[in-house]
Amino acid sequence: MGKNKKKCFRYIIIGLVTGIVNGLFGSGGGSVVVPAMVLLLGAEEHKAHASAIAIILPMTIVSALFYISNGFVNWGITIKVILGGMVGGYIGAKLLNKCPTNLLRKIFGLFMIIAALRMIF
Amino acid sequence: MILFIIGVAAGIISGMGIGGGTILIPALVLFVKPEQHIAQSVNLIFFIPTAIIALIIHIKNKSIDFKMTLPITGTGLLGAFIGSRFAVSLSSDALKKWFGVFLLIMGCYEMIRKGKKDSNKDGNNDKNKSYEEDN
Repeated sequence: MGKNKKKCFRYIIIGLVTGIVNGLFGSGGGSVVVPAMVLLLGAEEHKAHASAIAIILPMTIVSALFYISNGFVNWGITIKVILGGMVGGYIGAKLLNKCPTNLLRKIFGLFMIIAALRMIF
Repeated sequence: MILFIIGVAAGIISGMGIGGGTILIPALVLFVKPEQHIAQSVNLIFFIPTAIIALIIHIKNKSIDFKMTLPITGTGLLGAFIGSRFAVSLSSDALKKWFGVFLLIMGCYEMIRKGKKDSNKDGNNDKNKSYEEDN
């Protein structure tokens, strides 16, 4: 009983935190929920990745509707980025097993840190 | 054209499973300079069509654990409402700073996390360290 309560509490907190992060920053839900499912709920890594999409999609739709209804949308930018994204997504999926993703992660991590510092200061 | 290129880059990165929005949003903010809220809304809308396609494939492959996802989605929707409401109440500059702090944390996490066993040998770890020192 106590163990179930603890697990139930974890589900509630993971959902809340993921939703708040994803809504507040318009991104990052996956970066929160995947490690949370693996570390706190004992999910397998690859299942957590797939399941994360099922969790984040409804949240993202709610958040997107909220942004759009408050006038925060620029369809001109959005459409062009989506078109590029479709091409890129296809290329990325093809490259998936041919590239040293761990090195790429570090390069993007570095980009994120530099961009973050420019945004803060 | 720059928008299309940013889209291609973000698509490649997320197609490879290395997170999309945490790259797409700063790239937009630094190179196109829209309001912070607009950059975030681009990413939210960007995610929807690709996620639907990925979700259909994952459901067909039975790789989604619905027992785990459904309860998280429940409180997640409430969280999404709270987070979005807070975001639209902030000024663009304030939201950009908040985002910057979040991005800094995620960037540091990418730097220190252990990669999958396949290619993350000791040599890689040493490189990570030198990247961090570059900062």
